[in-house]
This record gives sequence, C-alpha cells and structure tokens, in this order.
Amino acid sequence: MKPIIFLLLGSAGIFAGEAISGAVEKQPLNMSAIIMFLIFVGATLAITYWAAKRTKTAKDFYTAGGGITGFQNGMAIAGDYMSAASFLGISALVYGQGYDGLIYSIGFLVGWPIILFMVAEQLRNLGKYTFADVASYRLRQMPIRTLAAFGSILTVVLYLIAQMVGAGKLIQLLFGLDYEIAVILVGVLMILYVTFGGMLATTWVQIIKAFLLLSGATFMAIAVMAHYNFNFESLFATAVQMKDVSIMSPGKLVSDPISAISLGIALMFGTAGLPHILMRFFTVSDAKEARKSVFYATGFIGYFYILTFIIGFGAIVLVFQNPQYLDLAKQAVDGGYPILGGDNMAAIHLSHAVGGDFFLGFISAVAFATILAVVSGLTLAGASAISHDLYASVIKKGKTDGLMEMKVSKIATIVLGIVAIFLGIIFEDQNIAFMVGLAFAIAASANFPILFLSMYWSKLTTRGALLGGSLGLLTAAVLVILGPTVWVDVLGNAQAIFPYKYPALFSVSAAFIGIWFFSITDSSDEAAKEREAFEAQYVRAQTGIGAEGALEH
Amino acid sequence: MKQEMVDRIKNDPDFTQLVRVRSKFAWTLTIVMLVIYFGFVLTIAFDPSILGTPLSSGSVTTVGIPVGIGVILSAFILTGIYVRRANGEFDELTRRIKDKAKGE
Repeated sequence: MKPIIFLLLGSAGIFAGEAISGAVEKQPLNMSAIIMFLIFVGATLAITYWAAKRTKTAKDFYTAGGGITGFQNGMAIAGDYMSAASFLGISALVYGQGYDGLIYSIGFLVGWPIILFMVAEQLRNLGKYTFADVASYRLRQMPIRTLAAFGSILTVVLYLIAQMVGAGKLIQLLFGLDYEIAVILVGVLMILYVTFGGMLATTWVQIIKAFLLLSGATFMAIAVMAHYNFNFESLFATAVQMKDVSIMSPGKLVSDPISAISLGIALMFGTAGLPHILMRFFTVSDAKEARKSVFYATGFIGYFYILTFIIGFGAIVLVFQNPQYLDLAKQAVDGGYPILGGDNMAAIHLSHAVGGDFFLGFISAVAFATILAVVSGLTLAGASAISHDLYASVIKKGKTDGLMEMKVSKIATIVLGIVAIFLGIIFEDQNIAFMVGLAFAIAASANFPILFLSMYWSKLTTRGALLGGSLGLLTAAVLVILGPTVWVDVLGNAQAIFPYKYPALFSVSAAFIGIWFFSITDSSDEAAKEREAFEAQYVRAQTGIGAEGALEH
Repeated sequence: MKQEMVDRIKNDPDFTQLVRVRSKFAWTLTIVMLVIYFGFVLTIAFDPSILGTPLSSGSVTTVGIPVGIGVILSAFILTGIYVRRANGEFDELTRRIKDKAKGE
C-alpha cells in the first residue's frame, strides 16, 4: 500500500499559514494605507529616539533594563506571536476550510500553559540575556553556548526569511510598492529600531502593534457579528449556504494519529524553544512578573484566535461570492470564486467590506506594522546570540565589558538586517512554506531539550547536551529535507523518503534519548562536577536567590 | 551562591515544601493541558465525525465549535489557576525562604 501522504492544507503543511508565498500581483498605490503607515513609522521612530536615550548598558540593550511589567511583556509576547502571516494566514485558512482553521490556531496556543508551568520562572531565575545562559549555567560554556547560539541563529534566520518574503509580497499587495523596495524598507526600519532602541524600543513597537492589531480585529469581528444580531448560528448558517456544510467540521488538517502527535509536539516544544520568545522573559524583574506575562499573553493570543475564526467566517459571508472582490480574470480561467490577491487577502477584503476605504487602510497599515515588529524581535534575538553567546562567552571567554558587547550586538544587528534583505530578495520566488515548520522543528528538537533538561535533570553533562542536542538538530533538519515539504514540494521528487511532514515526534525523541545516553555514560571528572553543581542551580531556579533584579534607579 | 547557603536552603523545610507542592501542581496542570489538547486532536485523527455532529437537530453549529473554543478557554483558565496560586502561596513560601537565607 502506498504510504499515506498527509494532505494538510494543500501540500505545504500546517506551517504554510505562517508564510505568505506564491506569486502575487502588485496593486495600485493605496494612499490612505500609506499615510496611516507613515504615522505608525513616525510614532515608532519617536519611541526609538526616546528608548535610545535610555539604552546605555548591555542590560538595557538586551532586556530593556529588566523593568518591563508582566502586562506589558504579555502584550509584547502576544505581539511576537501574532505575526501578519498568522493574522492573514489563519483567517484565510478559516475562510478556505472553516473549522480546520480553528484546529490550527489551537495548536499554536497550547504551548503557552506548558511554558508557564515548566520553564517561565526557572528561565527568569537562572538567565540573564539569552536562553543559552540557562542551558550553559553549570555546563562548559564554549561548546554549549556555541550549540545554543547556532540553534538560535538558525531558527531566527529561517523565521526571518519567511517574514521578509511575506513582507515583500504583502506590501506589494497592500501598498502597491515594488517587492525589493518593500523588503529594503522593512530591513532598514528594523535595523533602526533595534540598533538604536534595543529591547526597549522593540518591546514598545511590539506592544503598540499588538494593541492596534487586537483593536482592528475586534472591530472586524463585532462588525461581522452585528450583521447577524450576534447570533453565531445565523452566521454559520449563512456561511454554510455560501459554501457547504463541510466547513463546520474537521477536514483534512489532522488525518492520522502520528501526524497529530508529532505536530502537537512541534508546536508545544517549538514555542518553548523560540529564542525571540524566550528572550522576553529576561525583560521582567522577577518570577512573579514572568508568570503574569504568560497569563496575559495566553489571554491575548487565545482572544486573537477566536477573533480570526469569526473574521474567517465573516469573509465567507461578506467577501466570498461578492463581485467587488472577485478576481474576474482568474475566474474566467479557473472558475469558482477566486478573490483578488488570493485567499490570504480574505481579512483585508473583509476590512473593506465592513469599514470602507479608511478601515482598509488602517488594517493594511497594521499588517505592515506587524511585520516590522516581528522581524525586529527576531533580529534582536539573533544579534544577542551572536554578541552575548558567541562573541562575549565563546570568543572572548567572558573577558569583555558590556559596552564592547553592546557594540558587537549593534554590528550584528546591522549585518543580520542586510542579510535578511538579501535573503528576502533571493527567496522571492522560492517555495518557502517549509521554513517556519523547520524553524519550529529545530527549536523543539535542539533548543528545548537542552534547556528543559538543564533545568530539571541533575545528571545532564556537557557531552550529553552537546551530542544529544546536535543529534536532535540534525535529525530535524534531515527529516524535513527528506519529507514531503522539501523532497517533493521544493525538490520536485515524486515521493518523499520520510513520509511525515512533521518530524518532531522523531527528532525530539532522538534529542532526549541522545542527551540521556551520552550523559549517563559520561564518567569524566568534569561530568561529576557538573552533576554536583546542579544543587546550587536548582536552589536558585526555585527561589530566585542570586538572580539579577531590575535596574536600580 | 556559597555552598553553605545552598545547604542551609536545601535543608529548610519551607524549601522542601515549596519544591514538592509546586512541582506537583505544575505537573498536574501540564498533564491536564496535554490530555485536553491531545484528546482533542486525537479525536479528530481517529473519528472526525464526532466533532462534526450538529449541536441539536436542524442546527448547523457543530459540537466542534464549543469544544474548540473550550480548548482555547481551558488554556487561559489553567494559566490563571497557576498564576493565582503561585503569586500567593508559592511566593509567600519563597519570601520566607529568602528572609531566612539572608537573615542568618
């Protein structure tokens, strides 16, 4: 029997919703959107100027001085998570496949409680600037930091490419700007925010954007519900008339148990291994604020996913079959009801349907702002891995001062920004749908197991973490390449060598088993010392004694 | 942290109490979340028609809608339960441990 190739969201898999790809058509210049976007840029640059004056030390640069409140941080974390691709992608998924969109978004949410219960407090109590601080707390700095930094940079770059390409396409669609100009604009603004304003500016840009996005989405959802007297049954009934009854039940998104479990693991552990998310826990003063951050973040993200579900259905009733948004040229060739710019534009057209040109401009500007905020957070995390982990700890072996480290960090930001612009342009016409999935797989299979076991397992040694973590990383990368998303969709082979789209079940297991095996068989003197050091680390992780407090004024 | 301080904290009954109670609580909530989520997706994987059943005869709203929204709410509620207890009981214990560790 032919192995079942899991038909998830066409062929690119669940993470495709996180990446806007494929050919798009440039739209005419959208003036109201451009004006609103310019207001946003002006305001955020003013914040950057304000933040730059307050960013004097490395601690300011990496953690905004550690004085962000739980509520603010929760909003910023939610902002990191609510990318333009997830706003447009999830509502497009609901628009296209109904209930499957809800299943998809739930997967992205359930990692948060686990992060709270298992890692948030310990992370705050043990770390300083990056998650590698925690992973290498009692292990040898050189190898562990190198591996952690490598995992971070890889995750960040993959994510960044997906965001940059998405940005270019989206801006072409929304604003009518050229792809290259859009990508360069995003790259330059991101470099400005991060190099001058550091974490403080990045956090506030993220908070403002999260507020705008949640407000805009709330307005859209209320406007849709008002059409139906706030009665879900009549909204769904109309949507079913427009499409068919299948949109109300699970479709092809999750079709077999192995994929379901593997996907769940990738989403949960992957979220808990994303460097730009983990870094946010160092911006609050203590474990209490770290906890509150997750509580608020979970609330905002959950609320956002419920809104996107309503928005998706709203688009079915108000955009689908609406001649105003129909791509007539495409309909003449393919039939059906294709909308202008493709399904990813469902939420954008809906904003026009419920709020006219002005609101369309607002939502377009918010979508652009969202991209900017997310790429800034990613770049800061990547730059920190380069300056704090590789430069200060590995190359200089801790013998450097904060100012020099900060300087390296700023240089790294500029370099990463330029690299992101180039990669964004190179990958314009490539199939990049696998990249976010790969980023999650690597985060789940390399970053998370090392972090988790360093916190909880006293017998962990450098050798175990290094070999097991590398094994997880390699397994994830190789299985993604041999799987359907790269082997078939990108390389054009007829049949995948590895049948599953989500390798996490296998690669995460490989990492945990590898770390366990190479740790328990490690009988070196150094390993014995590392095991002994667990006790002191554990006391600190549990109580926060010795952890860095907020900036003293 | 000096070794003697580590030893002192480790032998503090409040510390033992904190670690025991908090780990148990955190693991319990983790398992609840895992059971809810994997219960949800595995139901879909094994028999999608369960969630596709209409809520009542004649309605188009399916069982899956309240269940899905319920999973989202459960994630939020579980984090709320944890934060509430941690910010009260656990932080109080931690404060006592810290005071004792610093006091002597």
